[in-house]
Amino acid sequence: MLFLIIKRILLGLITLFIVSLITFVGTEILPGDACTTYLERQAFGEQLEACYRRLGLNVPAYERYVSWAANAIQGDFGYSLSGEMPIKEVLGPRIKNSLVLASAAIFIGIPIALILGIVTALWRDKLPDVAISTVTIFAMTIPEFISATLLILIIAIWLEWLPGIVIVPTDVSFLELLPNIILPVIAIAMIMTAHMARMVRSSVIQVMASEYVQMAILKGVPYWKMVFKHVLPNALLPAINVVALTIAWLLGGVVVTEVVFNYPGLGRLVIESISNRDLPTVQALAIILASIYVSINLLADLMTLMLNPRLKTLQIRK
Amino acid sequence: MTEIIQKVKNLSIGFKSKKGEEILILRNISTNIKKGETVGIVGESGSGKSTLALAMMGYVKHGLYTIGGECEFNSSNLLKMKNRDLEKIRGRKIAMIPQNAGQALTPNLKIGYQIDEALQLHSDLKEEEREKKISELLNKVRLPSPETIALRYPHELSGGQQQRVAVAMALAGTPDLLLLDEPTTGLDVTTQAHVLELLNFIAKDTGTSMVYVSHDLGAIAQVSDRIIVMYSGEIVLEGPSRDILKKPIHPYTYGLLKSIPKLSLAGLPQSMPGSQPQPGTMYRGCSFFDRCDFSEEKCKNNSPKLEYLEDLNTSVRCFNYKSLVNDSQVNQTVNKIKTSLQDKEILSLSEVSISYAKQKLLDQVLNRISDDNPTVKDININIKKGETIALVGESGSGKSTILKSIAGLLRTKGGIIKFDQNRNLSSDLKERDPNDLRIIQLIFQNPDESLNPNHTVEEIIAQPLKLYFGLKSDELKKNIIDLLQKVRLGEFYMSRYPRQLSGGEKQRVAVARAFAAKPDIILCDEVTSALDVSVQAAVLNLLQQLKEDFGTTYIFVSHDLAVVRAISDRVAVLYQGRLCEVGPSKDVYQFPSHPYTEVLLGAVLEPDPDIKPKLVAEDIVEEKPPQKGCSFQGRCSRILGDICKSEVPPWQITNSGNSIRCHIPLKELQKDQIN
Repeated sequence: MLFLIIKRILLGLITLFIVSLITFVGTEILPGDACTTYLERQAFGEQLEACYRRLGLNVPAYERYVSWAANAIQGDFGYSLSGEMPIKEVLGPRIKNSLVLASAAIFIGIPIALILGIVTALWRDKLPDVAISTVTIFAMTIPEFISATLLILIIAIWLEWLPGIVIVPTDVSFLELLPNIILPVIAIAMIMTAHMARMVRSSVIQVMASEYVQMAILKGVPYWKMVFKHVLPNALLPAINVVALTIAWLLGGVVVTEVVFNYPGLGRLVIESISNRDLPTVQALAIILASIYVSINLLADLMTLMLNPRLKTLQIRK
Repeated sequence: MTEIIQKVKNLSIGFKSKKGEEILILRNISTNIKKGETVGIVGESGSGKSTLALAMMGYVKHGLYTIGGECEFNSSNLLKMKNRDLEKIRGRKIAMIPQNAGQALTPNLKIGYQIDEALQLHSDLKEEEREKKISELLNKVRLPSPETIALRYPHELSGGQQQRVAVAMALAGTPDLLLLDEPTTGLDVTTQAHVLELLNFIAKDTGTSMVYVSHDLGAIAQVSDRIIVMYSGEIVLEGPSRDILKKPIHPYTYGLLKSIPKLSLAGLPQSMPGSQPQPGTMYRGCSFFDRCDFSEEKCKNNSPKLEYLEDLNTSVRCFNYKSLVNDSQVNQTVNKIKTSLQDKEILSLSEVSISYAKQKLLDQVLNRISDDNPTVKDININIKKGETIALVGESGSGKSTILKSIAGLLRTKGGIIKFDQNRNLSSDLKERDPNDLRIIQLIFQNPDESLNPNHTVEEIIAQPLKLYFGLKSDELKKNIIDLLQKVRLGEFYMSRYPRQLSGGEKQRVAVARAFAAKPDIILCDEVTSALDVSVQAAVLNLLQQLKEDFGTTYIFVSHDLAVVRAISDRVAVLYQGRLCEVGPSKDVYQFPSHPYTEVLLGAVLEPDPDIKPKLVAEDIVEEKPPQKGCSFQGRCSRILGDICKSEVPPWQITNSGNSIRCHIPLKELQKDQIN
């Protein structure tokens, strides 16, 4: 078991290394660089040379990669070009904001998704299922920029209940941020909940059709006891991985929603730094997002392993 | 008159097709189950036997519904009962033992909990008493060390053990009626015999009534007092077990009994033409009309009623049963197989060993396999051209493993596989050239999985023709039609998809695909075990015919010893990946000499209530072959002592050319068996 965990962590680290290489090489081969963008028309001669020296761009690429990687491991991603401030400081509040948004969506979305999924599966083809399934499929198919815009139109502009876009400094306190996140959370939770509810539904239906559930019924196990003891533990195991992917997707910044609502999270930062050619920030973001994906998936795999007696003994026996 | 426990009255169950038609799975079934009796319900897949058993518990599967009739238990109709009331009957009054215990035990709950759950629901015992009861129950179904078993998860037990747990779980509620749905179908012959013996013991011990559902007349014969034969959703014959098996007066049962291969008879049984009509097929007359040898004009348009014959205590659904009453002793005639054996050796395996052990990193780097106790070891077999050799043994005996290595699907650890006396075949598929691949073809157990569901029959058979012979357009088509005719399928099958074919037809397509490559050797991996008995005989006859036409060599793997007896020239008995006995099938079956062969043959169930299985050895499951000595030492009832545990037994050869690998001297081996 321990061996397996170590192996998985090592694999994750290798993934991160490859991601860092790809982003580094990618930013290298793009025409132009930070200095030409920063200096714009003055990008020649003395000034350009000075800029290269200041940013350390005058040494060969591999040397820059090594020193960048060494610093990145310690959490130092260098300086952002546009703001001329340490990337660490740029990222900090953004990560916090994205976390707030993501956790709100998770705490609201996942329980609702589970309940909807289970209800639709247990009342399969009956009224609750037909009604909820129609709504979820609808919510799933509408692109988030449309649902977000509609939300702004109805709730912010017509009803004037909540602010339509987020106009706060990046580093506001949590309480000040709260009213601003309600609409973005609804927009994200809608699409996420719909996806997960469909997943849970099909998983529960599959288990309900299994021979062991039929056996439990024929053994005289009362309905709800059967659902909680025999169905749900087996149906929700495969859901863990989907939940993990959703969480990673949320943390990684829900780009479109953040842009529509002007929300100061990681997703918008990605867009901003790409359009500003702020390559050090892009690199830092790529690495951070990759680490989020890798670590959350690792956690999900380990959880599945712990909860599934079948896999657990298999691993121990090996 | 004995008390009636369950009364099924005019029961019809069915479903609505997409066009809105009502399609019947069960048609107007009526029967009574009496207290203390065991009733066998026999029929092929799709005959509605499982649906009937489930209805007896008031359970109708999702998608099906009750069209009419009732299942009466304690004078109330189970099919109209509320779930809350059913919960008090299911498990307590009527319990079910499922077909596939491995699938029917909830994977995330421990064995002990699952039995405890039944006890909590259906008894007033307190916690400590329940704990004691769990051990008692597990003991009763003869599971070793109940306390440890109770703490295990279902997947940690073998198939036989899982089935026993399911029996224990059913007994927990001390039911009056036990329903058994193919309870031994997935088990090895020896385990099956043991489980049946256990069920017989429980029936006697507790006086429980049993309904035993199976397609296997051999198993039914061992347990039941009365037999109900079902065909296409109807009861076609019902009566005392002995009469039905010895003198069946319905043509379907008669044909069915004739198509079952028997241990005592070499040669292929006669097959019944055609297959059971699919639910929803329209016919006006008798459902068996198409396949019946005794049919007349009136059978085509009039459907016979189930008629009760007082003097025979039997009900039969046939206009012509009288022609069978006087002369219905099943005189089985077999088509003797012609051996097309030639002297030339076509395939030889020498010192072949195969390992499944996970390779250490160093060995992976050096591309070698090191395992001092491999799964399969010391396999030496020379196969002659035109021979049919069968590999038999229980699951885990390595028979399919050897087949895979011959096909090149599994790398061997050591040894040589030679084709045609001079050509070495690499066990690595990548190192075989196209011709090496062509000469050996495989037919798999389950045609549902071996045929691509998105290809038509034409595309399936065209593939080897294009690949090996580069055939195109007209010539390709001509060859496909030719092959289809050889497997007795019409040209119109070309455009069909596998899902539009019956099980037997699918297997014929798989046979045609194998023959399309014009192979020298065909490997048959349990080719008939997914098929119904009446279809099985037809496929076996077809394989034999094709072999005589093409001079092909078959390597036939099967767990069914009667089938092997019917088709093979020579038999190799395997235990734990080691050969025990190799010899002409005539001799292996007549003088079963190796102790393991004796065990296997003793456990075979014949559809005859007078032939009881002989249970010689325990049905323990061994996980790994022993490091030293004879592979069968762990279960052998005739073990000599230390020599069996320390030394690999020598090959001894009898006068008839039968090789036996045992320490017991030949004379003693033969003497004991004659007694």
